[in-house]
Amino acid sequence: MTHISVTVDGTAYEDEVEPRLLLVHYLRDRLGLTGTPIGCDTSNCGACTVELDGVSVKSCTVLAVQADGSEVTTVQGLAPDGEWTPLQRAFHERHALQCGYCTPGMLMAARDLLRENPHPSPEEVRRALEGNLCRCTGYQNIVRAVLSAAEESDGSGATGERSAASAQEVTA
Amino acid sequence: MIPPAFDYVRPAGVEEAVRALADAGEDAKVLAGGQSLLPLLRLRLAFPELVVDVGRIPELRGVREDGDTLVIGALTTHHDVVHDPLVRRHAGLLAQATEAVADPAVRHRGTLGGSLAHADPAGDLPAVALALDAELVAQGPGGRRAIPAREFFTDYLQTTLAPDELLVEIRVPKRDGWGFRYEKFARVAQSWAMVGVAALVRRDDGHIAEARVGLTNMGATPLRATAAEEALAGAGDAGAVARAAESAAEGTRPSRDASASPEYRAHLARVLTKRAVLAAAGMG
Repeated sequence: MTHISVTVDGTAYEDEVEPRLLLVHYLRDRLGLTGTPIGCDTSNCGACTVELDGVSVKSCTVLAVQADGSEVTTVQGLAPDGEWTPLQRAFHERHALQCGYCTPGMLMAARDLLRENPHPSPEEVRRALEGNLCRCTGYQNIVRAVLSAAEESDGSGATGERSAASAQEVTA
Repeated sequence: MIPPAFDYVRPAGVEEAVRALADAGEDAKVLAGGQSLLPLLRLRLAFPELVVDVGRIPELRGVREDGDTLVIGALTTHHDVVHDPLVRRHAGLLAQATEAVADPAVRHRGTLGGSLAHADPAGDLPAVALALDAELVAQGPGGRRAIPAREFFTDYLQTTLAPDELLVEIRVPKRDGWGFRYEKFARVAQSWAMVGVAALVRRDDGHIAEARVGLTNMGATPLRATAAEEALAGAGDAGAVARAAESAAEGTRPSRDASASPEYRAHLARVLTKRAVLAAAGMG
């Protein structure tokens, strides 16, 4: 067993873990943070995407011991006060989900994109989400939601209505 | 899926890591970003007794200049390679090809050294290392040695690295003024290359003075398209490039799998070589 200290969604944990324990199993089975789903178990689908020290990672492809000393943010840490982020609101308003299974990973991957590139083009959104699969094939509204969130965070004073309109135009 | 049990050490420095590898004999695996090793462990295709996690060794990370050479720490992530100003300036081919590796989350963890040491012929970077004539520097109990990329890859997932050697840095000759293009053909987004072509072109007076072409997934190891390279020397227009690219698959032994036959891969190598060289030469 290996000792780890890890902060997840703002809470510090100390644990003894087997070195082979995957981060996603640690989050779900040990900490009970089941908001992060396991989709494919093969590093393909991105459903288990979380942030590790501020960047997106596939938590099925990280060992819990590799997260020792690090800070993890899961989808459950996005709205600690219950107040949704613009990205979460945009997913809700643009209906960027069907079954919802890929949604946590989509949110975490999109957050990563908007941090590096606050004003992405539709093509850049699609490229940034290439590691996240939606088995419902609901990509159109996911892309619209990310573009809409980018506009809303823009600070240019765009209203929700205006951003909604231009997000529609993008794929019209 | 759950990996098999293994012992785990996280050395603080290169010498400590090499000692751990030497003590473990043949049954140790090096863990860097884990984006190749963890999938193998989960599928139980690898059963190391010891995993040596080098992921916290700071001196293995980063890019610096050494005269006409870029020195890239083996632990430098794909994300950092893509965004590094020195790499973009002096080894644009590497930056471009690295951006084609997997997806953003994988690029945050995966490392240049890990991709090369894993030696998957379907990986994008081994062929790029060949085209760039990179040198791979390994450290073992007896010190360091530099291995030319053309000698590094020996077979499918096999390299000349000894079990007690750690890949510590990649030395890339600067290619200022050379045109470049990495063409990757894949079935779906973020998948492995069915075939990839890494082209570097030096032009002189409107002609191709020298072309270097690396092939991804055209055999058990990454390969150079030497026949095409020779035929490309002196090419002055798109027609000459197209004719030279016809020999891109010579000497290759591409595999057959669910997505492509060897014949189709040979076709792709010819087409992608033409595209990559035309783009690299600015003749597109």
